[in-house]
Amino acid sequence: MLLMHYLTLAAILFCIGFFGVVTRRNAVAILMSVELMFNAVNINLVAFNRFTAPDALVGQVFSIFVIVVAAAEVTVGLAIVILIYRNWRSIDADRVNLLKW
Amino acid sequence: MLDKAFIIPFLPLAAFIAIVFFTNRREKLSAGLAIGAVAVAWVMSIVCLIEMLGYHGEGAFQLEQAFDIVTFQNFRLELGVLLDPLTALMLIVVTTVSLMVHIYSLGYMHGDIRFSRFFAYLALFTFAMLGLVLANNFFLIFIFWELVGLTSYLLIGFWYEKKSAADAGKKAFITTKIGDLGFTVGILMMGMFLGTFNYIEVFDKIAAGQLSGGVLTTMAILIFCGAVGKSAQVPLHVWLPDAMEGPTPVSALIHAATMVAAGVFLVARSMTIFMASPDGAMVVAVIGMVTSIFAASIALVQNDIKRILAYSTLSQLGYMIMALGLGGYTAGMFHLMTHAFFKALLFLGAGSVIHAVHTNDIQEMGGLSRKMKITTVTFIIASLSISGIFPLSGFWSKDEIIATASHQPIFLIVSLLVAFMTAFYMFRLCFLTFSGTPRNQHAYDHAHESPRSMTWPLMFLAVLSVVAGWVGIPWLSHGFSSFVYHGEPHHVKPEIILMVASTVVALLGIGLAYLMYYRGAISPQAMGARFKPLYTLLYHKYYVDEFYDAVIIKPVFAATRFLWKFDAKVIDGFVNLNASSTLRLADIKNWFDIHIVDGIVNGLGLITGAASSALRLIQTGRLAHYLLAVLFGLIMMGLLSSSNLLNWILWQIGLQ
Amino acid sequence: MEAFTFYLFSFLIIISALAVVTMRNIFHCALFLILCLFSVAGIFVMLHAEFLAAVQVLIYVGAVSILIIFAIMLTSRLAGRDAPVVNEQFFLGGFMSLVLLFSLVYTLKETIFRVVAEPPAPQSTLRIGQMLMTDYVLPFELVSVLLLAVLIGAIVLARREGN
Repeated sequence: MLLMHYLTLAAILFCIGFFGVVTRRNAVAILMSVELMFNAVNINLVAFNRFTAPDALVGQVFSIFVIVVAAAEVTVGLAIVILIYRNWRSIDADRVNLLKW
Repeated sequence: MLDKAFIIPFLPLAAFIAIVFFTNRREKLSAGLAIGAVAVAWVMSIVCLIEMLGYHGEGAFQLEQAFDIVTFQNFRLELGVLLDPLTALMLIVVTTVSLMVHIYSLGYMHGDIRFSRFFAYLALFTFAMLGLVLANNFFLIFIFWELVGLTSYLLIGFWYEKKSAADAGKKAFITTKIGDLGFTVGILMMGMFLGTFNYIEVFDKIAAGQLSGGVLTTMAILIFCGAVGKSAQVPLHVWLPDAMEGPTPVSALIHAATMVAAGVFLVARSMTIFMASPDGAMVVAVIGMVTSIFAASIALVQNDIKRILAYSTLSQLGYMIMALGLGGYTAGMFHLMTHAFFKALLFLGAGSVIHAVHTNDIQEMGGLSRKMKITTVTFIIASLSISGIFPLSGFWSKDEIIATASHQPIFLIVSLLVAFMTAFYMFRLCFLTFSGTPRNQHAYDHAHESPRSMTWPLMFLAVLSVVAGWVGIPWLSHGFSSFVYHGEPHHVKPEIILMVASTVVALLGIGLAYLMYYRGAISPQAMGARFKPLYTLLYHKYYVDEFYDAVIIKPVFAATRFLWKFDAKVIDGFVNLNASSTLRLADIKNWFDIHIVDGIVNGLGLITGAASSALRLIQTGRLAHYLLAVLFGLIMMGLLSSSNLLNWILWQIGLQ
Repeated sequence: MEAFTFYLFSFLIIISALAVVTMRNIFHCALFLILCLFSVAGIFVMLHAEFLAAVQVLIYVGAVSILIIFAIMLTSRLAGRDAPVVNEQFFLGGFMSLVLLFSLVYTLKETIFRVVAEPPAPQSTLRIGQMLMTDYVLPFELVSVLLLAVLIGAIVLARREGN
């Protein structure tokens, strides 16, 4: 399989994730969509690593970091979601408009 | 001693400094310091003179000691002394008269509230005068010249509470300053054309013919301007009579014997320059002649004892100047010396009289000989001397001047006429003052002989007035003329005819005065009435002051007033207009600031506020919206940065 | 065989991802997310990134998914069955996503990558371990600190007040 295929797959996955982030109302669902986007990125990194510099392995190292950061992100994200839920009795992201002044 | 002569001026200076800074409160000590300093200077001067008389070398004695204070490439400013017979003579004259005046002032100024200050000024003047005499270059002489002028100003205006004294001080200062301006320019010309101020160098260069024609003549006349101012020659003579407002010792010291002689000294010092410029010398001679006759004629009718003496001084200075202008170097200096003694004596005698009767007006005096014997005797000796009566000193010196003038008829006639007038007005003064009946009984009753500190100087000067001229008796083989001379020593041949003539003329003058004021054979009032226009003209001093007032002072004041008006109206107007227009402008700016600038700022604020109210609707606070916006922007950037994509899209939708 | 495997995994990924973003039941979403993540791990294996695939399974499938399911269970009481799953940007978001996808694919198509035909690196796990402990030790440590901070932060955030 060519690099092109993997990249296209990653692009599709990324777009789906983005779609989910934009359209879902449930905060947990948004976080899951973000995870999809992270995975798309990881596929990209590994695919580039495999096809352009298979000996360097830098892409894989960075993927590890991405995974770790993603885990951190989802941890904090879920903590915030729980906090919001506790305060608003809701996890509807559209109702949480704190960013509005 | 000669090589230590430079110390002489510093003695009075030290006294001045000591009085000003330390002993001002202690009057006796101050006076003692000043007198002591001048006495030492006097002794040193005499020693110098004696040593110089013992010199038997080639030509005239000359000793120069100097060091440079400023050096330019090949131009030097020196500080130094030049000792020659002229200097030695002047040293004697200055220190002698100064010492007498110092002693005399002990009595005369007794009880004055500024007693110490008076002695400080006298000492300062003596310093300046000695420095002037000893200076070895024109730059230095100019400095002392001005210092002398300053002390003259201070002493004329010593009683500055009196407005006339203060005014006289200013008048003296300003008038002499006019002459000094010419002197300054002359010195600058000297520096420019000759590159040196040193006497010897300047004279050598001029003797070598380095300067000639118009430049030399101009320079000579400009330097003479300084002499005209200081020696109060016509037309700058007006300050000297007014200077009599100062204390009488000052008049004796500064305005009779020494400072006014500085002008004569300057001409004598610069003799080489005048000898090289016949035109310049002729100007000098004519000015001197005019002054002598002019002042003598005024003195005929004045009533103020000091003013008569002042005009007499003018006249005698004119005599000297005339003699110098005619080449009579020895004659001029000889007369300067004798005149210094007898004129100082006259002034001090007058001071003694004034001290006794407390008035200057001779019409208020009379019969004082019975109360003031010493004063009377010494005064008459001096009067005889100035009139030129054998064998008093004035006879010899005046005779030499007349002899000098004898080669030119006009000068001869004028000098004889002046001699006649001098004898007349001096004895008019004597008779009115000392003889006859007292015209003011009250003043007469309170009159008394002056204290010894005043009479001793009178007596000493009286002796000098008699004998000082003997050094210049023409029959002497080694007299004055072989000591003080310019160029080659020339022995004046005794001219018996001239001597007789001058004596006759003097006796005529005395006789006329005797008839008019002692015997009353000829009524002065009748004479005055008969020659009324002339009398009035003389009484008002030829209206010179009025003329200056009308021609110079009034226009100057008018111009000043005009300038003041111009200042007040136009310039102030401009300034005020400027100020008011600035205010107007400020008002406009203020309005502009409030309405336009603030308007813009506030308007911007309002617009921003309004726009924000509108734009904040976009801010939904919903993540999804923001993300979409970010993505939209991202895609737009991608589109714009990739024209290929744009083209491809356009091609796809059939636009291209 | 390779192509088949790739397309299989790709199909699984796309389908499960679409399910994640569209399913009404948030719990089902989570399950499909797990499937999706497994499939990505398969893709990693195909790319000879065995260690990464293992990490993917361990962290994503084992930890993150469990965490998400916990969160869902904590919050699902009011997640609202009747409330609409998607918001009003459904079509706008879909359109924008398609445009993005279009742009990305076009960019990929237009870009020429420097592809090298080399065999995959042997012993990749060993070497990744060495790299993490040598060249990338600083990011490694930073990430460790980040994790510690996140641990503390999550506790602070989720802690009930007053306890």
